[in-house]
Amino acid sequence: MHTKTVAQLALGLQQRDFSSIELTRLYLDRINALDDVYNAYITVDPEQALAAAAAADARLASGTADALTGIPIAHKDIFCTAGLKTSCASRMLDNFVPPYDATVIKHFNQAGAVILGKTNMDEFAMGSSNESSYYGAVKNPWDITAVPGGSSGGSAAAVAAMLAPAATGTDTGGSIRQPAAFCGVTGLKPTYGRVSRLGMIAFASSLDQAGPLARDAQDCAILLNAMAGHDKLDSTSSEQPVPDYTAELNNPLQGLRIGLPREFFGDGLAPSTAAAIDASLKELEAQGATLVEVSLPHSKLTIPTYYVIAPAEASTNLSRFDGVRYGHRCDDPKDLHDLYTRTREEGFGDEVKRRILVGTYALSAGYYDAYYKKAQQVRRLIQQDYLECFKQVDIIAGPTTPGPAFALGAKSNDPLAMYLEDVYTLAVNLAGLPGMSVPAGFVDNKPVGLQLIGQHFDEARLLNVAHRFQQATHWHTQQGAMPQGK
Amino acid sequence: MQWETVIGLEVHLQLATQSKIFSGSATTFGAAANTQASAVDLAMPGMLPVLNEKAVRYAVLFGLGIGAEIGKRSVFDRKNYFYPDSPKGYQISQFSDPIVGTGNFNVQMEDGSTRNIGITRAHLEEDAGKSLHEDFHGQSGIDLNRAGTPLLEIVTEPDIRCAEEAVAYLKELHSLVTYLRISDGNMAEGSMRCDVNISLRPMGSDTLGTRAEIKNVNSFRFVEKAIRYEFNRQSDILNDGGTVVQETRLYDSDRDETRSMRSKEVANDYRYFPEPDLLPVVIDDSYIEILRKQLPELPRQKRQRFVSEYQLSAYDAAVLCSSREMADYYESVAMTCGDPKMAANWVQVELLGRLNRAELAIEASPVSPEALSGLIKRILDNSISGKIGKVVFEGIWQGEGSADDIIEARGLKQVSDSGELEAMVDAIISANTAQVEQYLAADDTKRKKLLGFFVGQIMKASKGQANPQMVNKILAQKLE
Repeated sequence: MHTKTVAQLALGLQQRDFSSIELTRLYLDRINALDDVYNAYITVDPEQALAAAAAADARLASGTADALTGIPIAHKDIFCTAGLKTSCASRMLDNFVPPYDATVIKHFNQAGAVILGKTNMDEFAMGSSNESSYYGAVKNPWDITAVPGGSSGGSAAAVAAMLAPAATGTDTGGSIRQPAAFCGVTGLKPTYGRVSRLGMIAFASSLDQAGPLARDAQDCAILLNAMAGHDKLDSTSSEQPVPDYTAELNNPLQGLRIGLPREFFGDGLAPSTAAAIDASLKELEAQGATLVEVSLPHSKLTIPTYYVIAPAEASTNLSRFDGVRYGHRCDDPKDLHDLYTRTREEGFGDEVKRRILVGTYALSAGYYDAYYKKAQQVRRLIQQDYLECFKQVDIIAGPTTPGPAFALGAKSNDPLAMYLEDVYTLAVNLAGLPGMSVPAGFVDNKPVGLQLIGQHFDEARLLNVAHRFQQATHWHTQQGAMPQGK
Repeated sequence: MQWETVIGLEVHLQLATQSKIFSGSATTFGAAANTQASAVDLAMPGMLPVLNEKAVRYAVLFGLGIGAEIGKRSVFDRKNYFYPDSPKGYQISQFSDPIVGTGNFNVQMEDGSTRNIGITRAHLEEDAGKSLHEDFHGQSGIDLNRAGTPLLEIVTEPDIRCAEEAVAYLKELHSLVTYLRISDGNMAEGSMRCDVNISLRPMGSDTLGTRAEIKNVNSFRFVEKAIRYEFNRQSDILNDGGTVVQETRLYDSDRDETRSMRSKEVANDYRYFPEPDLLPVVIDDSYIEILRKQLPELPRQKRQRFVSEYQLSAYDAAVLCSSREMADYYESVAMTCGDPKMAANWVQVELLGRLNRAELAIEASPVSPEALSGLIKRILDNSISGKIGKVVFEGIWQGEGSADDIIEARGLKQVSDSGELEAMVDAIISANTAQVEQYLAADDTKRKKLLGFFVGQIMKASKGQANPQMVNKILAQKLE
């Protein structure tokens, strides 16, 4: 049963083949048996999960069930959950239990979904390998010596290891797509503003976006249906109407124009990954799509631009963690300055500190124009590149990452090498576009992800392409060499 | 050396919205600590600001009230600094694109002359909470009730030259914002807080000297005193050949002095950048036009109208226009009683005097405009004298009913019956034969004095109810 998709489980629940309690217990048992290996979860609260499952069963019995009623979902530990610890994988929030739910969580609760647990991640979502977590690294279910990607590494690993049928994640520069690619699952980062950010602990406000990670595109569509929509408490959330994302999954791809940015297929892309991507593109071509070479001339500026804007916003978003009102506080502060400095010294890990320092520098008087302001100008050029491309093509496709999952520890002492991991994903956030990663083959027995990038609010088309691709391929149904637990 | 004072003021005006600028918490003053602080105000993780449209509306009304440019696209910025009463670690403010641009303020001085004060800008921002240092045994408490209260920071050009001008500007500003009903203007509760930037330069120079910024001066009187103190302090330094240090100072009203707030002046780098959690505020012309139509008559216009329409002196018009409520009260009395000048006297002398003694605002006056007008009408139609009017006024104040009720109940109606009055005059004449003889022998000036004596006796005998004009006339006839 643990290999089933959300769509299949929902059918089973509605037909009363099994109850939500049985299903939830099955996943709790799997987590209990296997998660010592993967470390995908930070917090699991079986009692609360089973209570929610019982409520879902009652709702299923009363015939008022929703598509997600009774489905256990894992949530990235960045979404505030009322009464359930929300740490953002930081020592700073190791003791933090929010009194409120994030809007995303509220939507899932209203749908009757079950919170299975809170997944591990890079601290404050800053990282591409899940090694910056205060709770230790997550292991890639395909190769436990490799990273799962980050920052939503726990969510991707939980889905890949079948410790959850689906999970939520957030993506600021690739944090859904890159771990989805590394773990062989399907992940969608929606258009900026499609999903409310309220109650999602902020990393970089103008880039952060929540989205689903699941076994396939159909499940992503089902989850996005629950997540998307305007929230009057998030001024940056869009009032654009929300379509039924499952409605157009089966549309034929005949006539679809796919842009292949030449900058995504040059130096830096591992040849074996390139081969897998090429084969995937041929499959889409076989279904009637046309492949068009396009150019994103400002691509080489993506990493420096991102690594000014994201840390700048982060540096001030993280100012609220000061030891005064909640979260970690150092022992016996001797004065206010000591309280601030020791609390933050102890509460934050190295990567978080590095980004606060970089961001503070970029916003400082005398540097603002050269860094932050310039980066915002380049950001517009990058967005313009994409909008130009979309005059010629319907979607853009390429690799999600330069290569497959790398070994744990391989890049953890080399921030620049780590930042290069996100070379193909960052621009999508800078431009506010929707992007997906879809399993597209294997290199050295590790998954490869095909990235699909759409126009603003064109998630339905990305899901359609991904679904048609998955109808014809079996990469997304493969399972890794699963260890049998303790 | 003759020094010229150069002053610029920054006023933090608390806007009279029901809820905070970025959250739904109430803004009521004086609630128990932290009972008006939501998850947003506490800067809990994941919380986001949502702009209160009313704060925008009030800021635009202010801009229109001073004829300023309205920022069609204004942007909120984060002003970053760590302090326990600033829970996010930044204040949401406006830096490069404020909602109100340059404008002008015409200020009337005590002597009737006017001064023009330029407004540099006015921008929206949120207030901080309060740190409480007492009662915590060496620790500090924090009350976040005030955190997120909407403020409009109004910045003047360095156009002010003396303490009197500064106070006149503040009074005019106070009057404007209360007319616009965008702030309660309650200075004691901190609704209007003033930072004074002050520097000196040799008379005739057009370069600015080094300034001191005096923070949070909370009354007109303290502004005046702080400026005077600072003028003396800075001119002493300069006359001794010293240099003024650019610094932030605090006015201590108990000791009537300003003193340096920080031992070492650190240049703060607030790292302003556009607040990514909020969209730019785009204001279109139709929004502005709708608000323009809602603008009430403003203090200056009203004063001018009172002078021309009711023939009031500039001084009376200024007193009666000092608040919109006062002006409305006055106008209501003037219109219904039919004698605007008499209405002005009664409102200013009797009513304001009585309200001041009772420490009541005009809105809380126990004497309604209708009641006061009813009283004035009885004076105008000779039913009672002005003197009895004061007695009746006190009766109305005490809740005894309308002027007519009180006159009736207490039998205060003036005696104007000539037969009755003649009898009174005769009685007084026959009771005071000695004075009558003196009168007959006296010259004109002495006669006038003695006539006053007789009138006084009659008024006394009639308990003030005899019509004084008629008494005078009858007396003069009888004594001839």
